[in-house]
Amino acid sequence: MDIAPVIDGFGVVLQPENLLYCLIGVVVGMLVGVLPGLGPAATIAILLPLTYAVEPVTAIIMLAGIFYGAQYGGTITSVLLRLPGEASSVVTVFDGYALARQGKAGTALGIAAIGSFVGGTVSIIALTLVAPFIASFALDFGPPEYTMLALLGILLVAAVGNGSRTKAFVAAAIGLLLATVGRDGFTGAERFTFESLSMADGLDFVPIAMGIFGLAEILHSLENRGKLGKPPAKVSNPWPSRKDLKQSSGAIGRGSVIGFVLGILPGGGAVLSSLAAYGLEKKRSKTPERFGKGAIEGVAAPESANNAAATSSFIPLLTLGIPANATIAVIFGALLIQGITPGPGLVEDHPELFWGVVNSMYIGNILLLMMSIPLVGLFVKILTIRASIMAPITVLITLIGVYTVNNNSFDIVLVIVFGVLGYLMKKAGFEPGPLVLAFVLGSLLESNARRSLILFDGDVAGFATRPISGTLLAVLVVVLVLPLLGFVLRRSLAGRGGPAAPGPGGGATGETPSDSPSDSPSDSPSDTPSDTDAPEGRTKESSR
Amino acid sequence: MSPRGRQAAPDEKTVGTAAGPSLEKAAAVADDLPEAASPEELAAQWEAEKPEPAGLTTNVVLALLVIGFGGAGVVGSLALGTGSLGEPGPGTWPLVVSSAIALLGLVLLAQARATSDTERFTSDSWVVLPAVLTLVPFAYLIEVVGFEIPSAVLAFVWLKVLGREGWRTSVVGALLMTVSFYLIFVTALGVSLPHLF
Repeated sequence: MDIAPVIDGFGVVLQPENLLYCLIGVVVGMLVGVLPGLGPAATIAILLPLTYAVEPVTAIIMLAGIFYGAQYGGTITSVLLRLPGEASSVVTVFDGYALARQGKAGTALGIAAIGSFVGGTVSIIALTLVAPFIASFALDFGPPEYTMLALLGILLVAAVGNGSRTKAFVAAAIGLLLATVGRDGFTGAERFTFESLSMADGLDFVPIAMGIFGLAEILHSLENRGKLGKPPAKVSNPWPSRKDLKQSSGAIGRGSVIGFVLGILPGGGAVLSSLAAYGLEKKRSKTPERFGKGAIEGVAAPESANNAAATSSFIPLLTLGIPANATIAVIFGALLIQGITPGPGLVEDHPELFWGVVNSMYIGNILLLMMSIPLVGLFVKILTIRASIMAPITVLITLIGVYTVNNNSFDIVLVIVFGVLGYLMKKAGFEPGPLVLAFVLGSLLESNARRSLILFDGDVAGFATRPISGTLLAVLVVVLVLPLLGFVLRRSLAGRGGPAAPGPGGGATGETPSDSPSDSPSDSPSDTPSDTDAPEGRTKESSR
Repeated sequence: MSPRGRQAAPDEKTVGTAAGPSLEKAAAVADDLPEAASPEELAAQWEAEKPEPAGLTTNVVLALLVIGFGGAGVVGSLALGTGSLGEPGPGTWPLVVSSAIALLGLVLLAQARATSDTERFTSDSWVVLPAVLTLVPFAYLIEVVGFEIPSAVLAFVWLKVLGREGWRTSVVGALLMTVSFYLIFVTALGVSLPHLF
């Protein structure tokens, strides 16, 4: 492996502007993770206008910082307030809060910070080794492979989110349809523009993302006003003891690996990894009854996993150009805005971007480790700011922000329209994440599909004849058919006259480990769909 | 969440509060921490606190809306011209997608009885309407009078009416926010924003 670009990458990161934006990103990320309401996807969407003003590298460094920083922040409220700040920190609540009640909040936070750091760093190192390899492999991809990959990505994200699978698919399909608005690239025909000049160039990604994630979340949280305000646990003995460290070292190691692997898969991500890591630790422990009552591994494992996953979920984006979840989809959009189309060529064509972003993650993790404990007090204070004050601030940032992009008030109208749509979707149980992901991939998917059809002369079976696209097609079929099989099996096993089976929507939770503690959280705060999964902005709802 | 109002066990160690005295103050109110429940209890509690699910009618209406939307898409795609599989026209892909939407809508209709993840619209939900209504004039006023006045008014309304804050908080808050935004966007970042002052 050529080492030179990696070293150059550090050179990029250490430029003062990039360091500054890295710091801003991780601090904002931590803040966002702590505060109920906005999740990383919503925040990244709201800050998209900021990316116009800076270099692509700088922008992505900041946005990435927000993403993995939020994983650190979510832990704080889990431990101190028994409220998961992020969906990926739900599992941390069980043992983390129990530790806090025992006066060991500092231990929990400290172990979580260290675990997060190790998880993130291990993931970055693995990313550094694996990513160029995947990218070079993907250079041989043609239109059929891209079609399958994009389709699979969208399906996996829709399928593995919380909540109804059917509804997630509908959301994705709507996203695809929205992507067709505007001039057709192949024929020049105007589609669904309703004679409006503003729509002739297609719908802009930024207002849609800001509306569906940002504004929708704000509107939704207006409904649940004033249900916070719990006193936090005391934080003392902020550093874990040597014994604690030793006890959790295995958990941290295993969690990091689980997180890295699950994070790469589209639709996997931080939530799934945290659940899986917790489940694994509990299963392999010789004293599983400690879990739920303050087992330090119960904090170390999920925290390492979710940070590892957040980092590795960048791999499909940076190497294949396919976002693995909704948050990454927004970052994908940010790259498109900057005129960079992520794909296998990214490592070769823009090495300073690729390595700059990857290496910034090392720095970012170090910064987070240094800051997470000392800043706990400050964050707890910030939590006391009433939601009624945060709401107008975030709304104004959103509206003014979107205006600065094009100096066009139509964009504000778009944000409002999509904000209302996003709000209605949330109420209706549709996740906004698949919509945005599908929208972002929509034109890519369509143009590749059309090119493939032209290639195959209309013969759809052509997809199966090529090895890579054939394999992907097979995986696609499995993903689609599996829940149906499960549904049919369950119906026949439940027998006649039994209670109605939950339906294919229930199959969405089938991926989680079968432990009962880890099972229920995956659906009860199901309004907090997996944060790195499709439905980003909907975290924190259960935190009221 | 319902705090159970029990006194915290007297086992708070204050050894090494390197996290700072501010924490002590903030945590001093932590007299009656809700007790740590088992994962099952926690999950059950979260389940109970979730917004109420909507009824059958809402689910059916929703499914019908989806079918309708898909149907409209199909009509629109056909109008665009679908060409053939070997020569896809502008309407081919939209047709595929819209048909999928309509089909999924039918599935939703079939599942309507079993669906429980739709939230009920409660009396609390009405607040969203005025909230949205305050945003619309903002879009138009910003180019007429600059961003300061619409921002201040919006902030004030959100604080006073939606947030039920007191007069002083609302006025001061609105002014502070507007000034901060001015300083950040116009002065510090130098963004091109229509501003009056």
